[in-house]
Amino acid sequence: MTLKKNIGIVKPEIFKSLNPLRLQSGKILKEYILMYETYGTLNKKKNNAVLVCHALSGNHHLAGRYSSKDKYPGWWDNLIGPNKPLDTNKFFVIGINNLGGSDGSSGPKSINTKTKKPWGADFPIATVEDWVNSHEALITSLNISKLAGVIGGSLGGMQAIQWAIKFPERIKNAVVIAAAPNLTAQNIAFNEVARQSIITDPDFNKGNYYEKNTKPTRGLRIARMLGHITYLSNDVMGSKFGRKLQHKNYQYNFNTEFEIESYLNYQGDKFAKQFDANTYIRMTKALDYYDPANGSKRNLSKVFKNIKSKFLVISFTSDWRFSPGRSKEIVKALLDNNIDVKYAEITAASGHDAFLMEEPRYHAILQSYFNKML
Amino acid sequence: MKLNKNNYRYDFPIIANWVNYNSKVLDLGCGDGELLNYLKKERNITGYGIEKDPDNWLKSLKKGINVLQVDIEAGLPEFEDNAFDVVILSKTIQSMHNTEEILGEMLRVGKQVIVTFPNFGYWRDRIQSIQGVMPKSKELPYSWFNTPNVHLCTIKDFDGLCKSNKYKIIDRLVLTDNKSVSFFPNLFGALALYNLVNR
Repeated sequence: MTLKKNIGIVKPEIFKSLNPLRLQSGKILKEYILMYETYGTLNKKKNNAVLVCHALSGNHHLAGRYSSKDKYPGWWDNLIGPNKPLDTNKFFVIGINNLGGSDGSSGPKSINTKTKKPWGADFPIATVEDWVNSHEALITSLNISKLAGVIGGSLGGMQAIQWAIKFPERIKNAVVIAAAPNLTAQNIAFNEVARQSIITDPDFNKGNYYEKNTKPTRGLRIARMLGHITYLSNDVMGSKFGRKLQHKNYQYNFNTEFEIESYLNYQGDKFAKQFDANTYIRMTKALDYYDPANGSKRNLSKVFKNIKSKFLVISFTSDWRFSPGRSKEIVKALLDNNIDVKYAEITAASGHDAFLMEEPRYHAILQSYFNKML
Repeated sequence: MKLNKNNYRYDFPIIANWVNYNSKVLDLGCGDGELLNYLKKERNITGYGIEKDPDNWLKSLKKGINVLQVDIEAGLPEFEDNAFDVVILSKTIQSMHNTEEILGEMLRVGKQVIVTFPNFGYWRDRIQSIQGVMPKSKELPYSWFNTPNVHLCTIKDFDGLCKSNKYKIIDRLVLTDNKSVSFFPNLFGALALYNLVNR
């Protein structure tokens, strides 16, 4: 057993495309920037590249730290690094901040070259399809003709699916974790509550808040609190917090009484400080819109007809936002097309968030699958 | 509860003999993936295995088997009618709860079905029963308190089930220690192998 190591100090890079990108909405981005990071070395055959797609609140900073003073490493540091399941001694790993993001890629916060002002509300909504098209441009710029794999959880898993559909010749493996072929009405409903809390915040100013130097912090806080509840399971909340109180007795006021309240408030505050509200509402829209089969389960099999990549599909038992049943819909459509697929249902208490945790069976599966990839 | 199929590989060649080259195969309860691996090598098959035990699941994955963790007790809704040339249930039927439904599902998704099981009518089992203890043998290695087996049956029993459901038996082989048994198979046979089609 070789010791897992951390990746160390990393730094982001910039990809600038001067080729216009026609978005699904019909709008055209004349030029755009994608922030990205890479770890490990691209081999001579250029066949060891793995693209990691991020979910709602992620970005291109997958692993490592920007300086030794950084408090936290990248968001999937437990997976990516030397001798970790996605081993950077073997693989060339790529993370990209999606269009509409707020961590350096073109998005509402970036400057519109035409107006010399932040895009704000005018930045068009980019979809999963648009993201994958932009990824492809970046991957091509790195002279990679075929990715060894595309991996993602949740919204990231949808991008892995889209890669397999759109660029069948350019991806060997899709690893789809805690994902779904589209969102259920309940899921869209949660997203709409989150959006409404942001949009109705007086500081939102119809999305043009940068110039006013305000931030819809209240709305973003509430959106995150709601999201957080749905990413956890009832069981894990029960065992972590139960009915534990902040004080010895009830205070009979509206300050936080229960530990769960204090936890949610803390999470909301932390998130609202660092995340951009315009990005948040755009990411939830991308989730809502993605539906390669256009509503019918039967069609998904047809949509998968030209897929050439192999699949690993993973779900978590306690995940009720992207339940195992939804993953099985993906598996079913793959089976209908005789596509190589492995499917595992991981017993985990932590709900949707489980895909970011270091659950032993989960990571052992990913490690074995990646080992067989090369 | 894991079945260690490594001790029983002598049934693999017989199963392979019933499987056509380049068939599409589904193995229910594929364990560590050895049988599918064997059929890949000997018959150039493609297909999938279903396994619920996490350790065996991972062993199958490491062999490159398309292994799916789904509950076969709930039927096979992931598969279309006649999706497979052959569906195999090897030494697993005795641990299933909805035995009759699963056989029906197998014959729905497969054109041909291979079932193997330890024959509970084997004389060594019968003697142990007469002696007043639950039988234990090479084919039935468990104690009564830790056995995964809930639906043990004899060859006679299984013949009866096929008859009442109108499953057509195209081949049947009974083995004891790798040797074919034709003399009173329900008494002298330890392992039964059936090759079925839907009538």
